[in-house]
Amino acid sequence: MTQLCASVDDAVAGIADGSTVLVGGFGITGMPFALIDALIRQGAQDLTVVSNNAGNGDTGLAALLAAGRVRKVVCSFPRQTDSWVFDELYRSGRIELEVAPQGSLAERMRAAGAGIGGLYTPTGVGTLLAEGKETREIGGREYVLELPIAADVALIAAHAADPLGNLVYRKTARNFAPVMATAATTTIVQVAHVVEVGDLDPEAVVTPGIYVDRIVQVAA
Amino acid sequence: MSVTSVPALQHTDRGPLSRDEMAQALARDIPRGAYVNLGIGQPTTVADHLPPESGVIFHTENGMLGMGPAATGDAIDPDLINAGKLPVTELPGASYFHHADSFAMMRGGHLDLCVLGAYQVSAAGDLANWHTGDPEAIPAVGGAMDLAVGAKQVFVLMSLFTKSGESKLVEACTYPITALHCVDRVYTDVATFDLTTGEAVGVRETWGISFDELSARLDVPLTWAGS
Repeated sequence: MTQLCASVDDAVAGIADGSTVLVGGFGITGMPFALIDALIRQGAQDLTVVSNNAGNGDTGLAALLAAGRVRKVVCSFPRQTDSWVFDELYRSGRIELEVAPQGSLAERMRAAGAGIGGLYTPTGVGTLLAEGKETREIGGREYVLELPIAADVALIAAHAADPLGNLVYRKTARNFAPVMATAATTTIVQVAHVVEVGDLDPEAVVTPGIYVDRIVQVAA
Repeated sequence: MSVTSVPALQHTDRGPLSRDEMAQALARDIPRGAYVNLGIGQPTTVADHLPPESGVIFHTENGMLGMGPAATGDAIDPDLINAGKLPVTELPGASYFHHADSFAMMRGGHLDLCVLGAYQVSAAGDLANWHTGDPEAIPAVGGAMDLAVGAKQVFVLMSLFTKSGESKLVEACTYPITALHCVDRVYTDVATFDLTTGEAVGVRETWGISFDELSARLDVPLTWAGS
């Protein structure tokens, strides 16, 4: 049952210390800024954050990192021209980093959401990122075992939702959000528009409401 | 085939290719109608030489096919970016999809070709382009490993020599590997190489250097491609 929250603070209520939190976005595109700001106010700490990047500039995920709430980041591409918050935390030994190939990151979350216990991928074979991981030859090709990434919470942004939690996205702001929505115990979505049940074309719904626990409307 | 029998492929009457000419040389070899992913940085400039009438359809890892040129002015939309996180446009017939689908397209062998930059490429086609190995560096891989293993063909676009004059086409990579045996061709400022020719690296064309001079500067055995 999807809950339509009155405020972003209501939407992030109850996120526990030590949670694993999936944060949508590719850079700042699709990043759920309002939910992250609310999470900073809410105060949960010792978080493991899974996101494609490790924060840009001083807002959004970077602000959560700067507030000292994140113990570990799992991402594909932390180092960017504007990732100074993460860079400083990493270089001073105040944050852990797990780097994952971007496709493996996405597929590990997909596996968690789909009840799959792991996946064999050719990505990473023979590289530093496969060290210590099981490998297996299948059909004459070598694969590396990657384990699912299941989370306590997903924070994502969508373009529009109906009160049942059905979601549509806009352009490349979709990125990781549909996969993250499936992989968390509690999926929390900030949307620019809440429409009536029946207003979304069922053929166009990208994330069915079964994956969505809380939605909150924020200014577009 | 002797070197002197292929003068048309050995352009010693001019200097090395400019960066724009390198991108153009690579673009000429992309088949009409191919699904193509261009890596961040110099590979992105290949698109400047592939107009919509080329029929090439661009994939961007962040969930789009049918990506158009860079967006400017009023066309800039913060929800529409490329893998380098720069604003782009959408062409008629574009489609959007989520990240797991985007990388399934790569890993599943649906993408015809990708163009990547590199620190080093080995004669056997091993690619090193994600990490310098410097213990002080913050590792960041992005989609490079998935692209390298997944695309049907991998073209590398890079200058052949480092600033200190060392070849980036090597017998064995000393930088951390991105993927093994994945590179098909290497487009550089002084030569284009084909790594699918077998024992020796195939040279397809040279600029500002002869085949013999090139052979003398590289530690890998060379042959004329197609010879």
